[in-house]
Amino acid sequence: MPQVNITIDGKKIKAEAFKTVYEVATANGIYIPALCHHPALPPEGACRVCLVEIERQRALQPACTFPVTEGLVIHTNSPKVREARKFALELIISDHPLDCMTCEATGDCRLQDLAYEYGVKGNEYTGGVQHTYPIDDPNPFIQVDRNKCILCRRCVRACNYINGVEAIGIVYRGFKARIAFGMDSTMQDSPCEFCGSCVEVCPTAALWPKMSLGKGRAWQLKKIETICSYCGVGCRLNLHVRDNEIVKVTGADGPANHGFTCVKGRFGYDYVNHPERLTRPLVRRYLLEGGSKAATDHRGGGDGKNGDGLLATGNAAADFVETDWDTALNLVAHKFAEIKRNYGGDAFAALCSARCTNEENFLMAKLTRQLMATHNIDHCARL
Amino acid sequence: MLDMTTNFDLAPLHAILEEYGSQKGTVIPILQRVQDAYGYLPKEILAEISKRTNIPLTQLMGVATFYTQFRLSPRGKHLIRVCDGTACHVSGAPHIVRAIEKEYDMPAGSSSPDLKYTLEVVYCVGACGLAPVVIVDDKVYGRLSPDAVLEKVRDV
Amino acid sequence: MSLLKSTDDLLSLRERAIYALGVRVPGASQPQFRNDVVVCGSTGCRSANSQQVLKALQAQIIQRELDKAVRVISTGCRGLCAVGPVMQIFPSGVFYNRVQITDVPEIVEQTLVGGKIIERLCFRDVAQNKRLAHYLDIPFYNRQLPIVLRNCGLIDPQNIEEYIATDGYLGLTKALELSPEEVIEIIKNSGLRGRGGAGFSTGIKWELCRRVAKQPKYVICNADEGDPGAFMDRSILEADPHSVIEGMVIAAYAIGAPLGYIYVRAEYPLAVIHLRRAIAQARAYGLLGENILGSGFSFDLHLKEGAGAFVCGEEMALIASVEGRRGEPRPKPPFPAVSGLWNRPTVVNNVKTYALTPRIILRGPEWFSSIGTSKSPGTAVFALTGKIRNTGLIEVPMGITLREIIYDIGGGIPKKRQFKAVQTGGPLGGCLPASALDTPVDFDSLTEAGATMGSGGMIVVDERTCMVEFAKYFLTFATAESCGKCVPCRIGGQRLLEVLTRITSGAGTPRDLDEIERISRNMREASLCALGQLTPGPVMSALRFFREEYEAHVYDKFCLAGVCKGLYELHVDADRCAGCGLCKKACSQDAISGNRKEPHVIDQLKCIQCGACVEACNLDAIVAQPRGKGVHAIAVA
Repeated sequence: MPQVNITIDGKKIKAEAFKTVYEVATANGIYIPALCHHPALPPEGACRVCLVEIERQRALQPACTFPVTEGLVIHTNSPKVREARKFALELIISDHPLDCMTCEATGDCRLQDLAYEYGVKGNEYTGGVQHTYPIDDPNPFIQVDRNKCILCRRCVRACNYINGVEAIGIVYRGFKARIAFGMDSTMQDSPCEFCGSCVEVCPTAALWPKMSLGKGRAWQLKKIETICSYCGVGCRLNLHVRDNEIVKVTGADGPANHGFTCVKGRFGYDYVNHPERLTRPLVRRYLLEGGSKAATDHRGGGDGKNGDGLLATGNAAADFVETDWDTALNLVAHKFAEIKRNYGGDAFAALCSARCTNEENFLMAKLTRQLMATHNIDHCARL
Repeated sequence: MLDMTTNFDLAPLHAILEEYGSQKGTVIPILQRVQDAYGYLPKEILAEISKRTNIPLTQLMGVATFYTQFRLSPRGKHLIRVCDGTACHVSGAPHIVRAIEKEYDMPAGSSSPDLKYTLEVVYCVGACGLAPVVIVDDKVYGRLSPDAVLEKVRDV
Repeated sequence: MSLLKSTDDLLSLRERAIYALGVRVPGASQPQFRNDVVVCGSTGCRSANSQQVLKALQAQIIQRELDKAVRVISTGCRGLCAVGPVMQIFPSGVFYNRVQITDVPEIVEQTLVGGKIIERLCFRDVAQNKRLAHYLDIPFYNRQLPIVLRNCGLIDPQNIEEYIATDGYLGLTKALELSPEEVIEIIKNSGLRGRGGAGFSTGIKWELCRRVAKQPKYVICNADEGDPGAFMDRSILEADPHSVIEGMVIAAYAIGAPLGYIYVRAEYPLAVIHLRRAIAQARAYGLLGENILGSGFSFDLHLKEGAGAFVCGEEMALIASVEGRRGEPRPKPPFPAVSGLWNRPTVVNNVKTYALTPRIILRGPEWFSSIGTSKSPGTAVFALTGKIRNTGLIEVPMGITLREIIYDIGGGIPKKRQFKAVQTGGPLGGCLPASALDTPVDFDSLTEAGATMGSGGMIVVDERTCMVEFAKYFLTFATAESCGKCVPCRIGGQRLLEVLTRITSGAGTPRDLDEIERISRNMREASLCALGQLTPGPVMSALRFFREEYEAHVYDKFCLAGVCKGLYELHVDADRCAGCGLCKKACSQDAISGNRKEPHVIDQLKCIQCGACVEACNLDAIVAQPRGKGVHAIAVA
C-alpha cells in the first residue's frame, strides 16, 4: 500500500493509505474515544463516539471506518466534535439505567469512562421513554440485561466473525431494535456455544458472566496472566482473582487467541478450588499392597466415595489410596512392560488428550510406537 | 429435538427452497414467497428454512422483523389498509384509523380478537387524488368519512 | 415478435411500430384506426375505476361495430390524478376527466361517432371558470416540459413496440456505437445530476465506477420510492418501464457491468407487473441478454422487490437489502462505485436518472444542458399533492418558481384558502413559506432556501395545517423508519419526537425550542446516513419559518390551525356565519345551536373538537381560538 501524508490535529503524519483514521491516530499516540469499535472486530460506525472533523467533508465522520487518503486534514477534538460525541453519549445514557453504584461493570465500563470524560450526567432527557426488558436467560453462564445494551453490536460481530456461530443478531428496527438470540428466543435455546466472546467484547454489563455476579469489581480483583490448561492451543488468559479465588476469566492477547477463548477456558475454572480436585496420584490398594484382583470384580454399594473423598468400590482391596509420584509411575512402567512381555505391543492402546501440548502428545506417540511397538494410538480432540 | 413442523404442510416450502437453490441474496424473496404460501412466517417454518439453507436463524429473524411486509403472526380474514400518506393525512386519515381501532379493539398493526380483521396503516398507495383512501381487501375506497368507512368494513 | 440482431433490425422494426402507433403519431398517414382512445391505467385512476370504464368502452365499441375504426389503449399515468379517471382521444386531443361507466355510451355516441365534445366531462379550469376541451388548453399540461414523462399516457407500457415507435432504444444503439468513455463524457457534459435527491453528477459517478479494476460490476436502479405523498417513480415504471431499462443498459455499457438489479417497492404491484413484462420483452427482442444488437456487449437485468423499509432508499441500505440482509446502511466511504453490491463496484441511480439517460444520448448533451439552469440542467418531476387543486404528476424545467408550479400548474389552493407552506423533499426535506414562493426550483436554490430537492414529492398545505403537527407527522414517519443502527438517529429521533409531542400536547417549555435546535444540529452532523442526517429537516425548517406557531404552542398553549387537541377552542365567527345549519347537522355532540339564517354558537362544554363542523362549513366560519376565552375551559380527552 502506498504511503499518504495526512494531518491530524496539526501533526503531519505519514500513513499507509486506506488504514482507518482511528488506526493511524491511535498508532501515532492521538487519542480518539470509541465505543462500538473493537480492534479485533470489523468496524461498524454505529455509536458515533469516534466522530472526527475532516476538512471538506459535509458532516462529521467516524474515525473507525474512514480511510486515510492523501492530504486529509483531521481534527479530533474540535468543539463541534466534542459536542457531537457528548450528544451521542447523552442519548445512549438517556436509555440506560443509572445504577452504576450496583452495576457489575462499574470500574470496567467503557460507557461509564466516556460519560465521565464528557461530563454526561444522565439528566439531559429526563422523562424520555426508556426500555424495560426482563433480565436474564436460563443459561448457566451468561446474564443478559438488554436494558444495559447500547446496541454497539460488538457481540453480534464477535459471534459472527470470531466464533462463526451467528447466534446473536439484531431484531426489529429503530428505537425498537434490540439484540436477539437464535429465533429471538433465549441464549439457551439458540445455537450459542457459550464461548463468551460476546461477554469479552461487551462494553457494559449487558452481557456478564453469571459465575462472577457479586464477586467483586475490577479494582478489587487481581489480574493474573496465564495459559489455559485445557488444550494445546495455548490461549493466554487473565485470571481475575480475589482472596486467592478465581472469580472471572477473560481472554488475554496471546499469539494463539488474540484476546478470545472458548467455553472451557472462560467458564471451566471451578475445578481449581474444587474440594474433589486430585492433587496427588491415586493407586488401588491391592496394587500397592498385593492381594486378589478377583476380589475387585464385583462392585456395589456405597456412595462412590470413602471418608477421604476418594473413590470407593465397596471392596476395600480395590479402593484408591494416595501415594507419591515415583511409586505411581514405577507401577505404571512395570505394568506396561508386563503387558508387552506377556501379550505383545498390540495388546496396548493409547488415547491422548487435547489438553496436552503438542510436545507431550509427540512424546506419547514415541512411547507408544517405539517402546510399546504398536500403532494403537489416537487422540481425543474430536470434540 | 422436538419436531415442531408437524402442524404445517412443508411441501410448498420445499418447492420454494428448491426454486431458489443456492443463489445468493435470496433471503427476502424466500420469505416473501413463504409468507404468500402460509399467510405469515411461522417460527417452525423459519426453523426449517434455516435448517435447509444454512442461513442463520438470527439473520432470518433480523430480516423478518426489519421489513414491515413480514408478519410473524397470522393475519385476520379481511385486511383493512388505511393510507396515512401526506395527502391522506391532511385529509383526515388519522380520524379513520382511530374510528376503526375503537370499533374493533385493534390497534393499528394488529388484528381484531376474533381474527376477522387486520388493520394496517400504510404510507401512500398512490391514490392521493382520492384522499383519504382506505383499502379493504383489494377494494379501494376514497373520500369517505370515518362512519362511511366503518360501514364498508362491516359489510365485507 | 422478433429477435433484433443489429441496429438495422431495430430501425426496420421502428418503421413498422410507428405505423402501428397510428393516430398517436402527429400527422400519421393512413392509420389503421381513425381514433385511439387512451385511458389512464395508473394506480391512481385504477382506484377510481378506470379499468371498468375501459372495459365498458371496449364493449360498447365492439357492440357498435366500431372496433375497426377505434381502439382503446390502457396507458400509464396521465398526470392529472385529482380528476381521475381521465382519458384522451387521438388525434383530436379531446380530454375527459372524472369519467364514469355511465358516461361511456354517450362518449361513443357523441364524441367518437358524432365528433362532438361533451362539455360536462371536460376539465374545469377554476381560474378561467370554464371547461377546457383539449388537453393542450389545460394550464396543468401546457406549462410542463415532459422528457421523462413524454410517453406517460401516450403509449401502452406493456408493448415494447410502442416504446420503440417513440424513439425507444435508439439512444442505446447510439451508445453502443460509442466507446464507454465517450458515453460517460456525454453524460458528464450534459450536467445530469442524480434525480434521487442528492444531486451528485451522474457522469462522475459512472466514471469513478468505470475506473475501478474489480469485476464484476453492477448497475442498480433505486425504485424504492418510499416518501409518503410521492409517486413519480411508480408512475414512470408503470407508464414507461422501457425507458428505465434502456437507461440501465446504457449505464451498464458505460461502466462495464454484466448484471443489473431494479429494486422496487413491493407496495407497487402494478409497477412490478409492468417491469416484469418489460424485462421479459426486452430479453425476447434481444435488448437484454447476450450480444445486445450484435454489439458484443451482454447485460441482463433482475427485479428485486423491497419488503417495506423506507431506509432502503439509501443506497447502502438498498445494497444490503439486495444482498438479502437487513436494510442497514454502512458508512461511506468506500462509496458503492468502488465497493457496493457484494463488495463490487456498483452504480446506483434513481428511476428518473436512468429514464433521462437515453434521451441525453440521443439528443446530445447540449440539448439537455440548454434546459433548466446552468447548475441544475434538465427537468424535474414532481408529485404534486396536498391542499392543491390539481393533484398529480408533473415535469417542469429546472428553474421554474414554486409559485408557477403551485398556482399555474397546480391551480392553487382549493376552497379559497390561504397557501401556508410547501414541503419539498418529503419527510427528509423541508417546508418553505409563502415568502419563498418565488424561489427557483433547482437543487441548489431549494437547499439554500431551507428545503431540499429530494426525489420529487411536493406537498402543499393551507392555513388549516398546524406546522408543528405537520413537522411531527414527518418526524413520526422518519423515526419509525430509522434502521436503528446509529445512536443519533435511533435515540435522537425518538427524543426529538418526544419534544414535539410535548409541544403539540401543550406541555412544551421555552427550553424545548432550544432543545429542538440542539438535537437537530447534532443529528445532522452525527448520523450515519442521509436518513438520520435529514430527519430533523422538516422540524428545523418549520421552526425557522413558522417560529411564531411553535411559540404560540409553547407560551400561549394555542394551536392557530385548530389541529392540536386541547390547544384551541372552536368558535363560530358571527360575521361569516350565514346560519345554514350544516355545522349543526355535522356535530355529533349536539354542541351547536342557532336558528336558521342566524349566526350559530358552539357550546364549549359539549364540544370535543372533532372538527366535523369545520369540515362541514363552506364559509370557513368556524375558527380556532385560544382556550379559556369562551365560557369554560374544558379538558379534552
